[in-house]
Amino acid sequence: MLTADTRDPAALPRLLLTLLAIALLWPGIQLSELDLGVLLHADSQSEMGRFVSTFWPPAHDQDFLQLLLKATLQTLAIATAGMALALVLAVPAGLLASRALSLSAASHGGRTSLLGRLLRWPVRGLLIFLRSVPEIVWALLFVRAVGLGPAAGVLAIAITYSGMLGKVYAEIFESTDQRPAHALLQAGSGRLASFAYGVLPNVAAELLSYTVYRWECAIRASVVMGFVGAGGLGQQIDLSIRMFAGGEVASMLLTFLLLVLGADQLSRLLRWRLT
Amino acid sequence: MTLSLKQVFLHHANGVEALRGVDLQINSGEQVAIIGPSGAGKSSLLNLLATAIRPSSGDIEVLGQRAWHLSARQRQRLRAKIGLVHQAPPLPPRQRVVTAVLAGKLGQWSLGKSLINLLYPLDIPGARAALARLDLAEKLFSQCQQLSGGQLQRVGIARVLYQAPEVLLADEPVSAMDPVLAGHTLTVLSRHAREHNVTLVASLHAVELALAHFPRIIGLREGQILFDCPSDQVSHDMLDTLYANEQLQSPAPAMTPLIVQIPRC
Amino acid sequence: MKRLINPLLILAIVAAVIASFAYLGLDLEELGSATSLKQMGSYVGRFLSPDFSAGYLNAILHGAMETLAMSALGTLLAAVLGLLLALPAAGRFGWFFQSAARLLLNGLRAIPELVWAALMVFAAGLGPNAGTLALALHTTGVLGRLFAEALENTPPEPAEAIRLQGGNPVLAFCYGTLPNLAPQLLAYCLYRWENNIRMASVLGFVGAGGLGQMLYVSLSLFQEAQAGTVILAMLVLVLGVDSLSAWSRGRWVKA
Repeated sequence: MLTADTRDPAALPRLLLTLLAIALLWPGIQLSELDLGVLLHADSQSEMGRFVSTFWPPAHDQDFLQLLLKATLQTLAIATAGMALALVLAVPAGLLASRALSLSAASHGGRTSLLGRLLRWPVRGLLIFLRSVPEIVWALLFVRAVGLGPAAGVLAIAITYSGMLGKVYAEIFESTDQRPAHALLQAGSGRLASFAYGVLPNVAAELLSYTVYRWECAIRASVVMGFVGAGGLGQQIDLSIRMFAGGEVASMLLTFLLLVLGADQLSRLLRWRLT
Repeated sequence: MTLSLKQVFLHHANGVEALRGVDLQINSGEQVAIIGPSGAGKSSLLNLLATAIRPSSGDIEVLGQRAWHLSARQRQRLRAKIGLVHQAPPLPPRQRVVTAVLAGKLGQWSLGKSLINLLYPLDIPGARAALARLDLAEKLFSQCQQLSGGQLQRVGIARVLYQAPEVLLADEPVSAMDPVLAGHTLTVLSRHAREHNVTLVASLHAVELALAHFPRIIGLREGQILFDCPSDQVSHDMLDTLYANEQLQSPAPAMTPLIVQIPRC
Repeated sequence: MKRLINPLLILAIVAAVIASFAYLGLDLEELGSATSLKQMGSYVGRFLSPDFSAGYLNAILHGAMETLAMSALGTLLAAVLGLLLALPAAGRFGWFFQSAARLLLNGLRAIPELVWAALMVFAAGLGPNAGTLALALHTTGVLGRLFAEALENTPPEPAEAIRLQGGNPVLAFCYGTLPNLAPQLLAYCLYRWENNIRMASVLGFVGAGGLGQMLYVSLSLFQEAQAGTVILAMLVLVLGVDSLSAWSRGRWVKA
């Protein structure tokens, strides 16, 4: 037996990949104007250093704390209301976009009819569109459309998260074993009924877990959206940064951290209890 | 005296007494097989000889050095001269066979050479030669997860052969192979040990294989040595006493598959 | 007892939802009314004739490249730093470094990217550098924690075997732990890159360059046609990164 080659067959692809990476890295650094040095210059002389030094002490006068409380409650409300609206859109969209309700799939061993596919793809496309446009862009658009304040935030969350929830719901519906639902469909039950009895029991836990996790993300998103005027804690942080009121920014950041921690714990509790 | 154990006791962390009062002397170049029922302590004995675990009491000398009285760095240098073939080959599933085999010399190569080896294998002919002795040369560039249990065990053996240690310890090296392949592999191991004057100690489940390939047999039962004699002096009575009340043998543990969590976005 | 708590929890959630709508004083009726919808409709209509002139497309291309570079470099930096911090965070260097590393990682990830970007604009000035640094800092916290968890869950046997052969700890990590860990690390990096390309588009709002800055400017100047083009470009970018990431996942992550 002749052992002809002593070359590693993976060597050439690896070399090409490395060259490609280097070829992309150089213009990438140019385009992003990367300069890590600024982080090291963050001493008391620099702009950021001076701003950060005003963070102490954090503002804690009575009026401000009341404002803080109102803003926090508003953020919570925006997130919850936005999620509720998102669910209203996401559940039917998820059902339409998945193959779980397909009668033709039930009778043809998983293959769907052409008509079904023509119906499902636009819904999928819509969901992908809704979730691909960054939520803050939606927030900005809604602020222009319905004015400053929490309404814009609620609508922005509703639209983006319906896309996210709908797509993941559809994936979850399809990832479980379809045979119980197919058996029910073939026995003559309606689409929704066979879904409710065949697919839903298996996936309910995962659906709930993901929804609660997304609610937690929605809280953070509402704060971020506030930066463009959609109300809540974010809008206040933006105002305080513009006014260089470091103490206020510090208290609000602390409140935000506490809010996120609290939401994290609550979401863990809910997921543990309900699943 | 290459390997020497004097009154060695070994207690595991969960309180199980693995070895009780073991006395053992093995000279350079000897080929010894250790047999015994499951749970007798064969793996513990081999791990002890490989200086992987420290005895609870007693003296152990490997290659003329008292392993646990050395500094950590000296012990690492000593370990580079000891090769242990594990029962379950500790090979990452996505690593290629060539890298897994070349890893045998990690204790002897410099840091720079070892790191370059990750990017491009530096000694392909050497790895191929080691695998060829075990009839696995064509699997040189496959990934470990594409191999069967028996093939994986042979890769583990190839790694130790490539390491070229002075002491070769093998923990159930042929447990996942059929009898013909097992016999062939043991022949390869014996021949290597003879040609390079390597001390070979192997633990085996199959008594016939042990008697056929090794000149000296040690019987271990419940942490104690029952007999230690040349293979032609091993009688049926001795084997019966050794394996009395033997439970069903457990199969060699398979490689756990790699589970990658893909976050839902 | 458990059977009683669950319906109560559900009731509490429904009550919270209703309370949220009430607290915000959102008048859904008014939002959904004919005039309001017509207003929104005409606003949306102005976006539907995007500006495709050559000069503007050039600017869009440059902005898109900037955004792509921001997200990719930010994620890459975060992966390197995250891995460095994950080693102590998984307990490889003892209890003290574990707590310190975890504290640092939690701090980095708790502050949202936008806030980091606002701070970085102070430090580095306007432009994509601030955006890249902001993404890198936040993502280091996220990836560092995910990497540390993955590190704790890898089987230790291959690395121990290398140590037993006389290899030093660095080699044991590279030959024994890394091959098992690498697909998981790559999966996490791709997941964060998908997220970061969306965030990079947005960081421009606080002045961190890229498509986001162009969008903010065009919306502030009420140039909806230009804004429409920017949004389309953002969409293309996001979809592109999503498919690239899915392909990479299929090629290198799945077993």
